[in-house]
Amino acid sequence: MFDYNHALILAFMLFTLGTAGVLLRRSALVVFMSIELMLNAVNLVLVVFSRLRGDLDGQVICFFIMAVAAAEAAVGLAIIIAFFKRKKHVDLDRASLLRS
Amino acid sequence: METVLFYLFAALTLASGLMVITRRNPVASALYLVLCFFGLAGIYVLMDAYFLAAIQIAVYAGAIMVLFLFVIMLLRLEPTELPSFMNSWSKRLYVAVTLVLGGVFLGLDLMRTVNTGADSALTGEAGAIADRLFNRYLLPFEVTALLLLVAIVGAVVMARRESPKPTASMEEV
Repeated sequence: MFDYNHALILAFMLFTLGTAGVLLRRSALVVFMSIELMLNAVNLVLVVFSRLRGDLDGQVICFFIMAVAAAEAAVGLAIIIAFFKRKKHVDLDRASLLRS
Repeated sequence: METVLFYLFAALTLASGLMVITRRNPVASALYLVLCFFGLAGIYVLMDAYFLAAIQIAVYAGAIMVLFLFVIMLLRLEPTELPSFMNSWSKRLYVAVTLVLGGVFLGLDLMRTVNTGADSALTGEAGAIADRLFNRYLLPFEVTALLLLVAIVGAVVMARRESPKPTASMEEV
């Protein structure tokens, strides 16, 4: 059996990768994918602790996170499409529609 | 055997996760993200979370990533240039904090191990999850259904063209 600590470290590294993507990339689409990466890291932590505690609640929460991620992706991508239609790019550094 | 498989899937997940944030072409990023999800699904299977592994493939790699690819190809983006790494103080600070935190976590991990007490009997197959979902978590489940409905309506409202004429939109369909 593998060490669960290593699964937790994997989740930490995945979350770090996701955060790095959010902070460093400028394309809105890649930023969204990085957010998905972070959500998956959290899911992994939940599954590991569900396993450690011998309790299925963590996996149920994981299920809810997936549902919310689906909703978030749908709405976020709709926002990106609306933004692209107006500005013809999805560069977050040049996004200033809400700034006066 | 399980250990070998775990490190295999972990390496796959980390490598493809790294590729996600370093590719210039968003399509390549999305496909690497699908690979990353497959690796995570493998790890879920190793931890006996079978139902989660199944919906990880079906919902994440299937539905959400297809939606991403659909939007990427719809927008017809040119590949963006990668950021000049660590060109501002905030980013340097971020990397420094991450390294320090990583060191702290690794140190904590070397010092003690998590108590693997009540293990083994737990398998997350669909029946067990459904039992929780439809008894104890029935209300959150229904709220999730409502949330998805709201998301659908919101996505349709935001993504349609501005000030549509009622007849024109019907003709396009």
